[in-house]
Amino acid sequence: MTKAITVAGLHKSFGRTHALDGLDLDVESGEVHGFLGPNGAGKSTAIRVLLGLLRADAGAVRVLGRDPWRDAVEVHRRIAYVPGDVTLWRNLSGGEVIDLFGRLHQGGRAKRVRQGGGGRRAGGLDPRRRDELVERFELDPTKKGRTYSKGNRQKVALVAAFASDVDLLILDEPTSGLDPLMEEVFRRCVEEERARGRTVLLSSHILSEVERLCDRVSIIRKGRTVESGSLAELRHLTRTSVTAELARVPVGLADLPGVHDLDVQGRRVRLQVDTDRLDGLLRALGESGVRTLTSTPPTLEELFLRHYAQGADDTDQADDADGVAV
Amino acid sequence: MSAAALSVRAGGARSFAGTGTLVRFAVRRDRVMIPVWIAVIALMVLSMPNSLQSVYGTPAARAELMRQMAANTSLRAMVGPVFADSLGALTAWRVGVYAGALAAVMSLLVVLRHTRDEEESGRQEMVSSGMVGRRAPLTAALVTAAGANAVLAVLVAAGLSAQGGAGAVAFGLGVGGVGLVFATVAAIMAQLTESARLARGLTSAVLGAAFVLRAAGDSASSDGSSVLTWLSPLGWLEDLRPFAGERWWVLALFAGAAVVQGAVAYELAGRRDVGMSFLPTRPGPAAGRLGTAGALAWRLQRGSVLGWGLGFFVAGVVYGGVVTGATDMVRDSDQAREIFQRMGGQSGLTDALLAALINMLGLVAALYIVQSVLRLNGEESSGRAEPVLAGAVGRLRWAAGHLVIAFGGAALLMLLTGLGFAAGYGKDTGPLVAACLAQLPAIWVIGGIAVLLYGVLPRGATAAWGVAGAVLLLGWVGPALKAPRSLLDLSPFTHLPKLPGGTVHWPPMLLLTGLAVLFVGVGLAGLRRRDVAG
Repeated sequence: MTKAITVAGLHKSFGRTHALDGLDLDVESGEVHGFLGPNGAGKSTAIRVLLGLLRADAGAVRVLGRDPWRDAVEVHRRIAYVPGDVTLWRNLSGGEVIDLFGRLHQGGRAKRVRQGGGGRRAGGLDPRRRDELVERFELDPTKKGRTYSKGNRQKVALVAAFASDVDLLILDEPTSGLDPLMEEVFRRCVEEERARGRTVLLSSHILSEVERLCDRVSIIRKGRTVESGSLAELRHLTRTSVTAELARVPVGLADLPGVHDLDVQGRRVRLQVDTDRLDGLLRALGESGVRTLTSTPPTLEELFLRHYAQGADDTDQADDADGVAV
Repeated sequence: MSAAALSVRAGGARSFAGTGTLVRFAVRRDRVMIPVWIAVIALMVLSMPNSLQSVYGTPAARAELMRQMAANTSLRAMVGPVFADSLGALTAWRVGVYAGALAAVMSLLVVLRHTRDEEESGRQEMVSSGMVGRRAPLTAALVTAAGANAVLAVLVAAGLSAQGGAGAVAFGLGVGGVGLVFATVAAIMAQLTESARLARGLTSAVLGAAFVLRAAGDSASSDGSSVLTWLSPLGWLEDLRPFAGERWWVLALFAGAAVVQGAVAYELAGRRDVGMSFLPTRPGPAAGRLGTAGALAWRLQRGSVLGWGLGFFVAGVVYGGVVTGATDMVRDSDQAREIFQRMGGQSGLTDALLAALINMLGLVAALYIVQSVLRLNGEESSGRAEPVLAGAVGRLRWAAGHLVIAFGGAALLMLLTGLGFAAGYGKDTGPLVAACLAQLPAIWVIGGIAVLLYGVLPRGATAAWGVAGAVLLLGWVGPALKAPRSLLDLSPFTHLPKLPGGTVHWPPMLLLTGLAVLFVGVGLAGLRRRDVAG
């Protein structure tokens, strides 16, 4: 099995609201997959479908090769989940909750032998790993649920997830409320999970986190996937800013395919160009004699802003829109 | 002490700034809760003269009642002594303790809701960061509670004025006074504990102690003169003697207690930080032994089950203990006898009374089962169910953990009730336990309706409270009001055998149990098929 998650044409409505409108998602086994999109794009709804908490209206969903709605318990045995807003029981201590979540993943099954899981104990969490994580996240496990701050509640769920013996981690904005030091601990933990060969689906708004951790990303907007691929591939689909001083006044630049926001001031040129059309632009500029040239690849922020912003699609990148047309 | 030091102790010159705004805010938040409480308490008091008129219509009957109360210690412990045989005095006797206790509950809920609840949730920080003095939140809560009690006092005094102006004013002030005393007790508890739930529990414990002190005092003396009675604010209410030669100076006790307790609360509040308390939460274990959804459900509900169980057992002991004495009294009143027999069956009067009391507790157990079943709803809508269901736990197994506690817990409650009755009554353990357990099919039907609503219409799940409330109302006042048969038949409790003493017809019992099973089954099927909210 090479796909941890496959979703095709997923639809989900709540009354008249179409939360998911033909979502596609492919997560390979062993990768860290970023799941991005503006607020209200349907990320959490999609994750709750993957967990079998919501039933898909239409579309195919497979998680670890099974239908998460029908085989929820079997699927959950191999999944750990961290919600973006963890609510705890007021009178249970953090340690109790961590151990409870760990044991719930075993579903009461006494022993489970796992290949290559050297030293890992079945029937709950690996106690050594749990204690190590509690220490790394600087969590006091004796405090009661009602006394934890937001960040600390998040840590409780993170420790439980990272200490669980599972194949797939589904993390829904897991670092909300964590301080930068703890975010760093979190990143190390995700890298360790990848090194162990586990799959991670990471929904996040923190671009540096995504850039550092994710092998591939999927960007969704209004319940549809608008982009999916490695960051390098996505960069390729966006525009590069070019500033040049030429020997002669250029002609015909405006007619070149993929050129936008053209600003010609005598022999000075500023423009944006689709990165995959850079080649043709450079040839055209060369004909006018290039004196100086600055080319700035798109920053990740620009990449996401472009995808997040409303109505920034379609006309320029008709080929993208085709894949998700109604 | 210098003026500067004084002002620091007092929390600054403007320590009451913003109180008015906070009071308006509190009234706005409680615009439904407080009026409902006031209406229920006032209705209970104001309907009493008519009810008493129908049962003890003649001066002779009322004089007889008074004579019997003087001789009956167990009933006196329950309700208190009678000081005069006018309708007004009998009203104050019959509902005084309970109206005072309800006013106390209303006050403690209001005060804690606007003090410790706000601090625990963190909302207080946001409020306090505005133009709000250090003492404003506590003051606003107390002013709101005092206002609610004042309205209640005016309503009671106005409503009972036909029975005698002075007595009505005294009784109204007394009921409101009890409320005010417990408002300030709650204000102290709010400073001591970190959790609002604990503060509510401690204040309720003080109220329970006040009830027990008064009960003990009244069983010892027939005129409320026992020291124990004088130790209880509920005892002050009867020693105020409304409609029976009012002792106005007793009102000073209420005022004095409220002022002293309020001062203690302010002193404590001035010595602590926002959100902190004098009894900090103890840390819990660093590692846990909970391993299944069922164990979690028990851990979450065990406190409630034990609390209800203890309450039902004690109620059984108390009711079982007063039955013999009460039977003697009821025997002399045709009307009361008729009502009890309609509720409890045709055979011997003692059995009829026992059956009526057991039925009453069965109706209350319906509230337990609704509360316990709706725990599922609370877990789901708060988002706490989500990580549990994301574990290798099927929905049915998760629900089953809570439902076993709801349905099995109801059986445990009725068993304890039966044992309590047997202990209080002193004999007939077998029949009394059987009579209590015979309530279960009807209780389970109510539980089944709650499961059905939760599984199929989760947004309307709390309507189960309405169902339980309607059944409770039908069972409590339906027979007394001679409600039509077709209406009474809507309640599952109507179809239960009148035990002890009656004969058991199995078909309705089995039908009710089958109905409960069906409701639970359909509800769980709905839960399996629907989305989990979050």
